[in-house]
Parts: sequence; structure tokens; C-alpha cells
Amino acid sequence: MTPFTYARAQDAQTAIQLAGAAPAARYLGGGTNLVDLMRETIETPDALVDVTGLSQAIEARDDGSILIGAAVKNTALAAHRAVRQHFPLLSRAILAGASGQIRNMATVGGNILQRTRCLYFYDDAARCNKRSPGAGCDAREGFNRMNAILGASDACSATHPSDMCVALAALDATLHLAGAEGTRRIKLVELHRLPDDQPDIETILRPHELITAVELPALPFAARSTYRKVRDRASYAFALVSAAAALDVAADGTIRDVRLALGGVAPKPWRAFKAEAMLRGAPATAAAFRTAAEAELAEAVGLSGNSFKIELAKRVITATLTELAGGVA
Amino acid sequence: MSGQMEARQSAMLASMSDVPERWLTTSARDKHGTLGAPVTRMDGALKVGGRARFAAEVPLDGLTYAAVAFSTIAKGRIAALDTTAAESAPGVVLVMDYRNAPRLKLPPVMFSAPKAGAQSSLPVMQDEQIHWNGQPVAVVLAETQEQADHAVSLLRISYEAAPAVISFGAAQQNARTPEKILREPTSVAIGDAEAALAGAAFKIDLNYRTPRHNHNAIELHAATAVWQGDRLTLHDASQMVNMTSWTIAEMFGLKEAQVHVHSPYVGGGFGGKCLWTHQILTAAAARLAGRPVRLTLSREGVFRAVGGRTTTEQRVALGAKADGTLAALIHTGVAAMTTHNNCPEQFTFPARHLYAADTIKVTQQVADMNMIANTFMRGPGESVGTFALECALDELAEALQLDPIELRRRLEPEKDPTSGKAFSARHLVEAYQRGAARFGWEKRSAKPGARREGEWLLGMGVATATYPYYRQPGGAARIRLTADGRAFVQMASHEMGMGTATVQAQHAAARLGLPLDHVVFEYGDTDLPPGTLAGGSSQTASISVAIIAATQALTEELLRLAGNESPLAGLSADEVETSDGGLRAIAEPDRFESYASILGRAKRDDISAMAEAPPPSEVQTYSMHSYGVQFCEVKVNEVTGEVRVSRFLGSFDCGRILNAKTATSQFKGGIIMGLGLALMEDALFDERSGRIMNPSLAEYHVPVHMDVPEIEVMWTGIPDPKAPLGAHGIGEIGITGVGAAVANAVYNATGRRIRELPITLDKLL
Repeated sequence: MTPFTYARAQDAQTAIQLAGAAPAARYLGGGTNLVDLMRETIETPDALVDVTGLSQAIEARDDGSILIGAAVKNTALAAHRAVRQHFPLLSRAILAGASGQIRNMATVGGNILQRTRCLYFYDDAARCNKRSPGAGCDAREGFNRMNAILGASDACSATHPSDMCVALAALDATLHLAGAEGTRRIKLVELHRLPDDQPDIETILRPHELITAVELPALPFAARSTYRKVRDRASYAFALVSAAAALDVAADGTIRDVRLALGGVAPKPWRAFKAEAMLRGAPATAAAFRTAAEAELAEAVGLSGNSFKIELAKRVITATLTELAGGVA
Repeated sequence: MSGQMEARQSAMLASMSDVPERWLTTSARDKHGTLGAPVTRMDGALKVGGRARFAAEVPLDGLTYAAVAFSTIAKGRIAALDTTAAESAPGVVLVMDYRNAPRLKLPPVMFSAPKAGAQSSLPVMQDEQIHWNGQPVAVVLAETQEQADHAVSLLRISYEAAPAVISFGAAQQNARTPEKILREPTSVAIGDAEAALAGAAFKIDLNYRTPRHNHNAIELHAATAVWQGDRLTLHDASQMVNMTSWTIAEMFGLKEAQVHVHSPYVGGGFGGKCLWTHQILTAAAARLAGRPVRLTLSREGVFRAVGGRTTTEQRVALGAKADGTLAALIHTGVAAMTTHNNCPEQFTFPARHLYAADTIKVTQQVADMNMIANTFMRGPGESVGTFALECALDELAEALQLDPIELRRRLEPEKDPTSGKAFSARHLVEAYQRGAARFGWEKRSAKPGARREGEWLLGMGVATATYPYYRQPGGAARIRLTADGRAFVQMASHEMGMGTATVQAQHAAARLGLPLDHVVFEYGDTDLPPGTLAGGSSQTASISVAIIAATQALTEELLRLAGNESPLAGLSADEVETSDGGLRAIAEPDRFESYASILGRAKRDDISAMAEAPPPSEVQTYSMHSYGVQFCEVKVNEVTGEVRVSRFLGSFDCGRILNAKTATSQFKGGIIMGLGLALMEDALFDERSGRIMNPSLAEYHVPVHMDVPEIEVMWTGIPDPKAPLGAHGIGEIGITGVGAAVANAVYNATGRRIRELPITLDKLL
């Protein structure tokens, strides 16, 4: 670990000022990813600005929306009554991630901004375009079982490992941002960028821009929603494939609305817009779900060790939606 | 226990004619009933309370902290090593590399001499040569661990790479047949097995693959070294304190007595806590700095600098006659190894001793690679060997349309199939019968895919577990009795959490006729009488025999001290027994004197006696093995291929069980480790770099609680009349057979045979 300064901010403006004063400052949430990377000297900030003192409030509004402070702990969010009642997929996604201890530390803002994962990113003896732009990628011909099948590039196939973000993507969450140039709002699905030829740049955040809150718009049919995570052991493992879904089926058996996002398959939480569009107005049948899954995965590209994820993702989508439709996969 | 079992046990005990009678502790002598009782581990409260000081926790004045830099190439040389920035970093005491490290002799590698304990014969930081990816190339000492960790990141090291053998496939082109596999012949041939296979009515001929595994004990490997002149004290996490002492002494040009190794607590051993480079580097750095040094490997460091279980490719071919008996049994294969160690992963051992066959062929090769020396890891050989053999038997049973348990019953041999020796004790068929009844084996459908719960397909599998009985030669115990009737039993042995110290206190209490709370077993220190290594599930037998010998010597000393005024006057040691805190004439039970009385009359505070263990001649005479049966029920998700173990039962036959509680934990722990072997453990060795790519517990998976179902264990408890106390070691047998039991259950659930571990979901999609 490289030496750094540490300061704690109680509000966004102070945090932004503190971060602006150091050339390579990073905001510190629970530290469950950043500190790991600092120990490996993959992240070498000269200053940490602790933002866990920012809002830890969860505000359930009358209109059915929820405003979540960026410093809310993952555990608190998963346990919140309104979240469990109106957005069960979010509770389930959070509880499917990491361990109890990590969730107790991790903040909502930090979870969103965790780095994408790849074995070669974590080993500074390996070539990695994310760590050293232009160095090359050892994952393409190496161990890439966990890597992306959607949205990857020749330069990088690391995956975004968050479970929570998959649910947030499905729920069309909005992020409240604050920076030196003022505040703005963006959709979560717009935050993370695909690697293309610049895998070292993972989000569209401006320098020292800070997530201050996450807003979930009302989505009544999300009461019928779930999160399914497929992994190599029963707990404490990253998703091979996961799906967050909510389904609204009309009385005649056609799909009024649907939300679907995937985890473990892409460098960002992957909102399945194609599949959603195909399914609106379609019958809520396993066949229709499978067809939509095929369409969503049409552009998926497997590497030497992860091609199985393409079929797995189709199966998980189909089974998850079929379950929500009240049938058996 | 049933009355029938008790009768069986008594008969067994009575038949102990050709081993010393005193090897046995009868219930008559064990007045307090301590042996076999579910006694709680004596170190438990210390550990739970944080009061047990491990090797990385010993407080010392002037301590410095080490961090290690590891090579990033598999073979070649260090071209440049710039320490300038690291040396000028805050708190740095020194940087040690091959240029300034103390000159050391080559490490005596295990098996090269009786006390040789090094896991590799390679020089330790003596030259610029690189032999594996992850080899320590520099050690930074600083005033704090954080300062050392930072400074090590400032080292600038460049390498000149040389062509390396880092592909197992390529290495196999030059595979060699070692002279021996441990102490056994490499090859055994009985008849012409290939010809018998070719002519067999039913045959299977299959290949199995098992991956590399890394040691991942919870306690990271650590050592703390302090020199006083030419005397070294090494606080180590060790399962071989005497071998470590001797080997380090050889390397530093010292006498064994000048190297004091202290290792009272070890947070998991499993074969991984032997002598690696980090202890040697700790001692070397402490000598160079003239200050005490603590070196704790990081989790990644354990992957780089401590070897693990090697990868294997195995062939099992079975030729059967219509009645299910075997015309041919063939088990061959190759394991990756290095030229600088001697650990060939004895995966053919189970096939040598388990089943009757008209013809047998077993042989194994090693393929040398440029990698860290592989090593022993719980059930080395047997754990992966039983995977291949017991999966193949399951396939044969199906071909014969026989129940897998019935097939094994038909293969039960009368004597050891390759050595021809009589079995000392073998109740495998009984373990099968009792386990099957308890597990509900009759509910298994012979047809795969017949049971379902929603998306989940259910299946049951079974496999034999086996592990040899070993007793290490050497070792001695000392017993000190005090005037207040307490005993301190001493031997430089090892407690890595198995319960050794507790069990030996139970043993000594029973043997000396003392209550358990009057006995302390002292271990883990080379100042004590020498012990044997904690490996091969051999410690219990090795220590027990030494304590038995020491008790005999103590009895003689006590009789001498008792003198003519004692009620025991004139009796020889063979004419008395320990009982009720004293000695009693066997033929005249009224002639008794307590230890306190004997010592008091002689005005002595205490009395000591020490004796060496006799050599392990029992294994020359008999085929001695532990047995077990692993029963597994799995659920396999038809949509995702996920495998979850839903039920597990281990039914063991390991002689007498000395502590029902610690034994249960040992069996369960082995089974859990076996579930990891079956389903997830896989050290990802990149064959382009020779580097392990998942050196963390986030990416290298071992079972978490949710992966572990309720595990039931049971045992025959029938004493082995040829083994000390009638007991076998039980540390390793628990992992054997588990991989096959899981794989066979997965087949029963899905109809898919997975012959390559781990059984991950992508193999089942």
C-alpha cells in the first residue's frame, strides 16, 4: 500500500473540495473494494476522502419512489421495509452479494463504483489494458471463465461484479451527482461505460464527481420481482450469470410491462432493453421468454473459457421470467 | 453401541497376542473412562478467547517486520534488482536479496535424510537463478508491517527469462518413472493385466483428471526468529518442529541443539505447514539485521511460496467377469512434480490394497515442471486416487447392472491383494452395510435422473474411503510425575487443531490411572523429547507408543524409588499396573501404593522417565489401513447445472476411536475439504507464465457454510488388535472417496459422468 492522506467529509461540498485539493484523490466508502486494490498497489491514491459521513437516509416517498443516500450501508438498504415490500428484487440482489460482514461495511455509492473484475487486472505481473493502457490483455487467451460475453472489447472483458447494480438497472434508478461544476442527475444504466479501447475509464463521472444519492422511481409491478444468481458456490462468489426481473402480466396473459437486467455477463450492469422491447405485448410464456433471451444474447461473444455463459444466460432469463409469470421453467 | 459390537470388541482385544500387551489400554485400567470419551479440546478456550499466541503473535522487543517480493517469471535469472527506493522508504531496516543474504547450504529435502524437512532442495536466496513463478527474490525488513509492505512495492526488479516447462501436457512428453513412490515400489504387476482386460467380458477403460490445489489454512504461514549469538529461536507454525530444527541447523552450519523451534499453536496444517522458504528467510534476515524478524506470508504469498496438491491425469481400467469379480485392475497415470522435491502424489496407493483382482497393474509417473514444489495435502494421493478408482467402479457397477455396494462386496479380498499380507483389521463390508442402512441407500434409483424436486434432480452416490496406517519411526516421550499426583507428558509433537494434545492427555490419564485434569500434555517445542512429524495421519500412533514406553520406564523408576518399605517391594514392572493414582500388584490387588506416597517417602518433588518409541514393526507384518464409506446425496439444477450437496454420511472403520468429539470433527472436516475438492477447488496455473492466477480466497473457492449440508459420521469402533490403543489415525481418511461419492451422485442425478475435477456447473449444462 502506498502512503496517502485521509480526511473525512460530512457533506458533498466539503468532500469535493477536499478531493480537488489532491491530484489523485479517491472517495472512500466502505473500502471493501478500494482498500483491497490499494493493498495490491493497483489503486494508489495520494488522498482518501471518507464520504461515509454523507447521507445514510432512506426516504420512502408517498409517490412510491425511494431516495437512498449514497452512504447507506448495503445491509440497511436490503433490510428496509419499503425496499423489501416494493422492490424485492433489490433486497434479494444485495443479499446475494458478498458476505454479511462486507455488506455491513459497503455503501450504496461505493458498490456502484467498484472496479470491474478480472484475474489479470488483480495481478500486476500480468498484462492488463485497464491497469496499464496499451499493455495488452492476458485474459483473452487466459483464464476468462468469469469474464464478459456482452459489451466487451478486444482490449478488455472484465465484468462488473455488483449484484445490487443489476437490480438498480432493472429499476431504472437515477443517480444524483455533485461535482465542482454543480449537481446533475443521470440514469444508472448511463453511468458505466463499455471498455472499447479505453478500459481504464469505467464511468462517465467527471473528475471528483460524487454520487450523493440513488433514486428509485415508483414501479408498482416491481412488487412481483426477483433476483436469481448463478454461481460456483452457494454463497460468497461472484455471479457467473444473474438476472433481476420484474413482470407485469395482464389478465389475458400478455405482458403489460417487464424489466430485466443481467449481471456477471458484461462490463456494466446490463439492462436487457432488447428483450424487454420484444416482450411488451407478447404472451407470458416460456417460449416467448426464450425467444427474447435469444435476441438479447444474439450479439454475445464467448471467449475460450466463458462461452457456456451464453446458454446459461438464456436459461436463467427464461427460468426467472417463467417463475415470475407463475409457471415452472 | 450394540451388545454384539461390544462382544466383537472384546474378542478383538483378547486376540492381541503378537503385539505388546501394554499397547492396549483396557477399560479396566481406564478407571475414569477418559479414553474414547467426547472430551472437549483443551486448547479450545484459549483459542476462542484469543489467548493462544500463534507464531505471528509472539511479542518481542526490537521486532522488525518482513515483506517478501516474489518472482514474476517461471525460469531464468534476475537481471537487475534496484533496492534504492525501497531502502530509503520510511522505516526500512534493510533489504535482503541474493547478494547480501547470509550464505546457506542447500536445504536437505524431505526423504534425503531421516530428519530432512525442506520441501525443496533449491538454494534459498543464494543466487540470481529463478526456478518458479513466485519464488521469493527479496525480503524487506521495516519497523512496521505497513512500512515493509510499502517498501517492497518500491523494489525495481527485472528478469531475463529462460524457456520454462510450464505446460503439463508438454511436461508429460518427458514424464519419468521415479524409483519409488514414497517408500513403496513405483510399479506393481500381478499377472498380465492388459491381456486380462482385453479378454474380459465387461470392461471400462477411462481417464480422469484432477487439478492443482493450494493450501489455505486459516492461519497464514508465519515465523518469528530471534538469534542470541549462534542460537536461533524460531517461533513457527509447524507440523515438523524437530525436522525444521535439524534442517535449518544444517543450512546455517549449526548443531541441531542450537536451533530451538517453538510451535505451540498451529491454525491448520493439512500438510502445508512444513519447512518452506519463509522460515529460512526469516532466520537469515534476522541474522543479517541483528534483530528479531517476523515474517507473515500474505494470502497471495501462501500461493506463491507454499506448494499444494499437484495435478494428475489417471487411467483406470477394470475388466470384470459375469459374476462381478475382477479379471483385471489397472491404475496408472502421471502427476506434475519438480526435479527439486520428492512428492509424487501417490494416487495409485488405494488400488494396491482395496480390491481383489486376478491381475493387477499399477504404476505412476511424474512430469517435471518449473513450478513451486508440490507437497502433501490432506490425503495426498488417496484423495485424488480414490476419485478415479471409485468413479470407475461406479461405472463398472452400472455396466454389470449391479448395485455399487454389492459390487464392492464381491471384490472384498481375503488378504492384501498386492503385498499378500494379512489385514490387521478390515471391516469395510460392515461399514458399507451399516452406512447404507443409516443413509437410506435403498431409496436410490439405479436409473439416473429418476428423482426430481422442481428444477432440482436428486442423486445418490457412494465411494470407498481408505488411508494407510502409518507410524513414524523415532520419537520419545518423557513423563514427569509430581508429588501432588500430577503428570506432565512431554513430546515435541504437534497440535494443529486435530485434538492431539487432548487425546494424548486422555491416553496418559488412562495409562497412568489419573483423572484427566491431573494430566498435561506438552508439545510443540524442540526442547522437549523429540517427536515425529504430524503427517500421514501417524501422530496418534507414534505418540501413543512413546508414552507407553515412557510409562513402562516410569514404572521401573517408581518401583526403584519405592524401595523395601513399600507394599510393592520386590515386584518388577511387569508385575504391577498403574491404577488409581498409583501402582498396584496385578496378582495381589491389595498391594498398592500411590505415586504421592512413593514420592513423599523418598522426599522427592517429582520423578521423571523418558523412553524412545520402538520401531514400527507392525506395518512390516500386516497390511494396515483405515477404511470408510462416503455416502452422498446431491441436487443438480436442471436449468443452471448448479450442484448442491444435500446430505452426506461417512461410515468409518478406523479402529478404536479415542475421542468421539474430536474424531467427529476430524471426519467432518475431511469430508468438507472433500466437498471442496469435488466441486470447487482449482488453483488456476496459467501455462503461459507458470503463475497461479487466483491467489485469494475470493477467487480460489473452498466451501462456505451454505455449501456444507448436515454431515453425519459413524464408525465401527472395532479396535485394530495390531495397532497401539487399537486405534488408527483419522486426520486424512475423511477427504478420501468424497470426490467420487459426489461425482457418482451427480451421475445418478443427471446421467452425466464428470471425470475431471472440479465438477463445476459448466460441465453439466
